[in-house]
Amino acid sequence: MNREMIDIRIDGKEFKVEKGTTILEACKMAGINIPTLCYHPDLTVAGICRICVVEIEGMKTLTPACAFQIERPVSVKTNSPKIRKARRINLDLLLSEHYGDCYTCVRNGKCELQSLARDYGIDNYRFPSVIKPKYEIDNSSYAIVRDQNKCISCKRCIRTCIDLQKVGALETFGRGHSVRISTALNKPIAEVICINCGQCINRCPTGALRANDPADFIWEAIDDPEKFVIIQTAPSPRAAIGEEFGYPPGTSVTKKLNAALRRIGFDRVFDTNFAADLTIMEEGSELIERLKKRIVEGDEIVKVPMITSCSPGWVKFAEHYYPEHLNHLSTCKSPQQMFGAIIKTYYARKVGIDPSKIVVVALMPCAAKKFECNRPEMRDSGFKDVDFGLTTREMATMIKEAGIDLKDMPEKDFDHPLGLGSGAGLIFGATGGVMEAAIRTVYEIVTGKPVPFKNLEITPIRGMEGVREASLTIENTLPEYRWLEGVTLNVAVAHGTANAKKIMDKVVKGEADYHFIEIMACPGGCLGGGGQPIPTTPEIRMARARAIYEEEKNLPVRKSHENPELQQLYKEFLKHPLSEVSHKLLHTHYTPRGKYFFVG
Amino acid sequence: MVNIDICKQKEISGILVRFEKRRDSLLPILIEVNRIHGFITPIAMAEIAEFLEIPVAEVHGVVSFYHFLSTKKRGKYTVRLCKTISCEMAGKEKIEKILKKELGINFGETTSDGLFTLEYTNCIGMCDKSPAMLVNDNVYFNLTPEKVIKVIDELRKRD
Repeated sequence: MNREMIDIRIDGKEFKVEKGTTILEACKMAGINIPTLCYHPDLTVAGICRICVVEIEGMKTLTPACAFQIERPVSVKTNSPKIRKARRINLDLLLSEHYGDCYTCVRNGKCELQSLARDYGIDNYRFPSVIKPKYEIDNSSYAIVRDQNKCISCKRCIRTCIDLQKVGALETFGRGHSVRISTALNKPIAEVICINCGQCINRCPTGALRANDPADFIWEAIDDPEKFVIIQTAPSPRAAIGEEFGYPPGTSVTKKLNAALRRIGFDRVFDTNFAADLTIMEEGSELIERLKKRIVEGDEIVKVPMITSCSPGWVKFAEHYYPEHLNHLSTCKSPQQMFGAIIKTYYARKVGIDPSKIVVVALMPCAAKKFECNRPEMRDSGFKDVDFGLTTREMATMIKEAGIDLKDMPEKDFDHPLGLGSGAGLIFGATGGVMEAAIRTVYEIVTGKPVPFKNLEITPIRGMEGVREASLTIENTLPEYRWLEGVTLNVAVAHGTANAKKIMDKVVKGEADYHFIEIMACPGGCLGGGGQPIPTTPEIRMARARAIYEEEKNLPVRKSHENPELQQLYKEFLKHPLSEVSHKLLHTHYTPRGKYFFVG
Repeated sequence: MVNIDICKQKEISGILVRFEKRRDSLLPILIEVNRIHGFITPIAMAEIAEFLEIPVAEVHGVVSFYHFLSTKKRGKYTVRLCKTISCEMAGKEKIEKILKKELGINFGETTSDGLFTLEYTNCIGMCDKSPAMLVNDNVYFNLTPEKVIKVIDELRKRD
């Protein structure tokens, strides 16, 4: 289809753009930089901060470039005395309500407001500035800290929560000069429907939202000679933490990170990919068991489709919004929690360390993991299975605080025996990865042959489409799986809980004929998690995904069930998937919670 | 903690059935609940949220935007005195004093018999007949202390 093209002029130069393009998009294509603040590529346009104002010939007032769609030939000026003056005043006004406590702010050096003030000529406070913070900081949540004093009401968090995640924990309250962002009934964030995904943090231009940082407790543990501090690192941080040290997005720094972590003082550096492989063994076996009960025994109580439970943001979303359908969730804990339980039982016994002296830190791309490790049901080892969830951003700060530049680090391997992860475990970091890993293993268990895809790459479920579906017919099964012969396995993948809701509403209505669904709470999967380096854009997430898939290609082991260290764990300790020990340590249950107000 | 999910308490289902399940029904519903009950409780907000399938925060946010929607119990009559410049210049202060004295409360408060709530309002467009006030939806203008006493007395007698 041919779209209508319109001739426009920007700063005297002529361009042709498609009808409906915004001035901001047109300027971007023309290589002209327009400052923005409330605009974010992932979100709907709000047009409220008025930083992106431009002059349009024939119009009396300035126009926000982000919100003006080009419908007729226009001549645009992006730099004029009027524009510069307006931007300065608007910034001055924003600063007059912002508690600019820059030295101690977690976003110091990475704050969009700070850099706009620097770049757009703010050299004094024209209006009164905030000397003393007016609001108390909301520290109630394990995952998210809200500091209203630094909020400039750009509403990015609100749009993130409702557009991308369909949660709507945050909203504007009041009007005029007393407008502020808050939660329903102005409750602390831990007492409202919040899934802890942290996507709002990734999109906040200032330090008004941040993760609840446990770094000081971790330093304390590292400095305590009595404590044996183990860190497990998830697949996504290694593809993103480089961004905090000046690498371009999409640079994988796995081995340098290992070296840095040891230099900081962690006693062991383990790979969460190992636990991801363990999850695949348990979850894959659970899927086969569910299908068998349903297909062979006609058991109606067993729920199909089975849905993944690796993403703690998604799990809490399901607990709030689909409390009657929690039986669809796999009973498997997430890799983080499985790993904690294994470290404090199997590993502790194997190396002869008192598990009460072990501190397990999980380096995660995730804010919700902080909530997950504090769930009361996550103590199956007899101790808190995982002591601290640490985000990629917080890890970068710890590394810097130790005086280390990641770029200078040598390349080091993980520690063993819990440091070998397969490629299947690694791709957990990208949306569709858990599904791909599970199919690789389940197909091979059932047929004895690898999946019929070139290079094991199950491309139909890769990519960044919000919801992706695929079907795979199982043929030439092994004798004990004859009941699956000719069965077409329907799978679906969703990322971002707004997309999850689309799939779940189908499941609830009984309109879905899926067998297995992967859901990740964050757009892009874990690599776009709420603990990942800021900023986040579709391009950055795609670059991180590329880094993960590239690294995966070259790994020696690419299927979870072929991980030799995992086979050893089963032989020495768990015996077989879904064994009694597995059930005790690696599986869990879920808590129905309220849809509108907080319950439990 | 209010918990609509467990106690299944319903306050406004009778009102909700008259509306379409569309997001743009939100404001008409709020106005109606406010008219009938005098204020909007957290439970009512949750019921509206459930009915329209929107977050409670969104309902509460809209309620907080409009001064005429209340989250606190009000008196049967809400007296709103205009505080804007024309009324101010035309002797708002005297009216203010007599209202406080007659009702025995300050602005922002409700009388103990639950009859009156006293508030300010911004301009209500009666600048040519100032000072002016609203009692619920009725406008009273060219106010004098005597006139105010008469209005309040009549309202008291009506009950």
